Amino acid sequence: MDTAAAIILFAAVTMYAIFGGADFGAGFWDLTAGGTKRGKRPREIIDHSIGPVWEANHVWLIFTFVVLWTCFPEAYASITWTMFLPLTLAALGIVLRGASFAFRKAVSRIRDQRAFGAAFAVSSVLVPYCFGAVAGGIASGRVPAGGQAGDPWNSWVNPTSIWAGLLAVAVTAYVAAVLLTWDAGRLSDDTMVGYFRIRAVAAGVVAGVVALVGLFVVRNDARYLFDGLTSRGLPLVIVSVLAGLAALVLLRGQPHRGGRVAAVVAAGALVLGWGVAQWDYLLPESLTVSQAAAPPGTIAAVLFAAGLAALLIVPAFVLLYVLDQKSLLPEEGVDESSGQATRTTHA
Amino acid sequence: MDLLAAVLWQVNPVPWARAQMAFTLAFHIILVPLGVSWAAMTLIANYRGIKRGDADALRLAQRWSKYMAVTFAVGAVTGTVLSFEFGLLWPQFMGNWGEAFGVPFAFEGLFFFTEAIFISIYIYGWRRLKPWAHFWTGVPIPIAGVFGSASVIAANAWMNSPQGVTLDSAGNITDVDPVGVIFNDAMPLMAAHMIVAAYLVGGFLIASVYATGMLRGRRDRYHRLGFIIPFTVAAIATPVQMGVGDGLARWVYANQPVKFAAIEMVPQTSSDVPEVLLGHLNSSGEVEGGIAIPGLASWLSDPSTGRATVVQGLDSVPADQRPTIREVNIVHLCWDLMVGLGTLLFLFTLWYWASWIFRRDMPRSRWFLRGAAVTGVLSVVTMEAGWIVSEVGRQPWIVYNKMRVADAATTNEGVWITFIAVALLYAGLGTTLILVLRGMSRRARTQPALEEAAVPYGPRELAGRQ
Repeated sequence: MDTAAAIILFAAVTMYAIFGGADFGAGFWDLTAGGTKRGKRPREIIDHSIGPVWEANHVWLIFTFVVLWTCFPEAYASITWTMFLPLTLAALGIVLRGASFAFRKAVSRIRDQRAFGAAFAVSSVLVPYCFGAVAGGIASGRVPAGGQAGDPWNSWVNPTSIWAGLLAVAVTAYVAAVLLTWDAGRLSDDTMVGYFRIRAVAAGVVAGVVALVGLFVVRNDARYLFDGLTSRGLPLVIVSVLAGLAALVLLRGQPHRGGRVAAVVAAGALVLGWGVAQWDYLLPESLTVSQAAAPPGTIAAVLFAAGLAALLIVPAFVLLYVLDQKSLLPEEGVDESSGQATRTTHA
Repeated sequence: MDLLAAVLWQVNPVPWARAQMAFTLAFHIILVPLGVSWAAMTLIANYRGIKRGDADALRLAQRWSKYMAVTFAVGAVTGTVLSFEFGLLWPQFMGNWGEAFGVPFAFEGLFFFTEAIFISIYIYGWRRLKPWAHFWTGVPIPIAGVFGSASVIAANAWMNSPQGVTLDSAGNITDVDPVGVIFNDAMPLMAAHMIVAAYLVGGFLIASVYATGMLRGRRDRYHRLGFIIPFTVAAIATPVQMGVGDGLARWVYANQPVKFAAIEMVPQTSSDVPEVLLGHLNSSGEVEGGIAIPGLASWLSDPSTGRATVVQGLDSVPADQRPTIREVNIVHLCWDLMVGLGTLLFLFTLWYWASWIFRRDMPRSRWFLRGAAVTGVLSVVTMEAGWIVSEVGRQPWIVYNKMRVADAATTNEGVWITFIAVALLYAGLGTTLILVLRGMSRRARTQPALEEAAVPYGPRELAGRQ
């Protein structure tokens, strides 16, 4: 039962890292898209691509927190107590990101759109970095058990955290670029297909290099994680690398449906690899899954809720994604300015 | 650096943690009614629009869904902040009680998923989905809203009535009965009170915007509908809320006597307790000022025994197990504010109903519209006051009679800094939200010519209808 709850927890983390992460990654490309004129079209694609899905994807974070604090309250208390600073930054970043994205769509003056766009984009980079740093701190055993505080600084400003933070930014940017390439193809915009394809390749290479460098960092800084990644977690690491390469190959020519899947698998395998590598610790070398687990009544309730989610939420998500991919969710409301569904101004 | 850190970090985190939690919740709770009830009102307009071919109603639904997209996004992210804060501010509370307190949230997660998914489909689906199919994609939103808020309130109710847990001699949880946790004794009435409040506040808030528009001369059918739909919803919710609130107050009388003593400002246990309007406790804990109505508090607590009903006083428990004098004064004032404004709103809705009954139309008087224009703000104040009664009245406990707020907080002494950062960010957020919504409304209004061309569900229906 405890194991099932831990699997649900990691599944939720993985879903958030992939889909929530891709929405943040899109913000990274928004940030780097250049000035008002040059960045207009890429930003339109980004807006179009994440608009209908980001809020639903965001709920994975809430779900992760809920499963963590309900099933493993001691771990949640230790993590939030120790990681006060990076999690506060992430929370503020999430507010700024979500609100600014919604505001940018709702204002008409270019000056306002630029201001909200900048806030959206900067926080889209800040949040994955913070979450990556938190994950790095946890994985390298810097969060103590017992629902108590660890070092407020070293827990997230350390080699593994910095590496994981950068890797999170790179991987979210990579997945986003692959999905945006696909979306540009769906909108039959060949220029933008090329635009995002080259960025997907660049981000993929950067992510690969960061991951490689990380092996040395982790070897010295987080031995338990390193041993896990090179033994139990190795198959997942290999899957991640192969899928990451496959996604880039499948992006050549007309974007292929398989490219998206491969990118998603690459990111998902990476996160799951982390989970498997530190199994069966929630907080490596100090708190195991079964030690942290809530009483059976609680676990049963959460498993029941997760079962309901599989029955109700998964089909709803499928509906959302299918409608979105069939271009049936083109824009908010109806077009009030003219007969054509065009957006003319962007940051 | 060390000296600076020493100065910056040596501030007691407890009051700041309380302030930050209170502030972020007070902000979020304003967006909750919009998230829960606005979708329902939008669907009413949408239904009317399709069923009767009412272009105004359809335009209203379409506009509302656009505004809702913005308020829902802000509500979603400010709600997320709360789930961070549970741990960031109250790690000892979550570490000790998470396995019980968290259970309702597992279900809230499901409803939040449902809401987020279908609100996206609904908001983005206007152009390409078929009218009725599109309408039905909106129906899950208010349903999820009701069950979602019931789940969140179940967690809050559990803090007032911590049931469904087995404790060992040291006070640690050994087993949890999830059904007992979710359906704790406080839950049904508290959840009902909040859900009805969501419809009451949401209705008044939106109606007040259109009342203001009508006062400025925009008395077309579109504005009339924009007023009548939400105001009717609020006018139905208001009397219901008085009944639910009355029941909840009696539940508090029976189950949280110390909170009730703070509400009614009763220093000593006695019968024939007067209902004191306003007034306060002085530093020696005696009632000062206010208008006392003899015996009414006793009578209201249990009409069957009338003025002989004994009301437990604050002195029935040691001073460290009850709210401080200052907290009692806050609770009592907010209670008066909630009941007073709630009654005022109820009387105001009688005007509306009377006009419909006798004249088959909403009141025409400008005074009615002036009153209606302030109901939005008043209802928000009423709701905030009620929430303060519930939260401050529970002090000093975070889990009633089981854990103190002071024992639950983080030891991170930099909370005062994050409080300032959050306060600044939210002040900007709130201001921007209002400005953005006003800008959207003004744009929609100043482009009437273009507006005519834009009827949802494509040009063919437009041609057929006009």
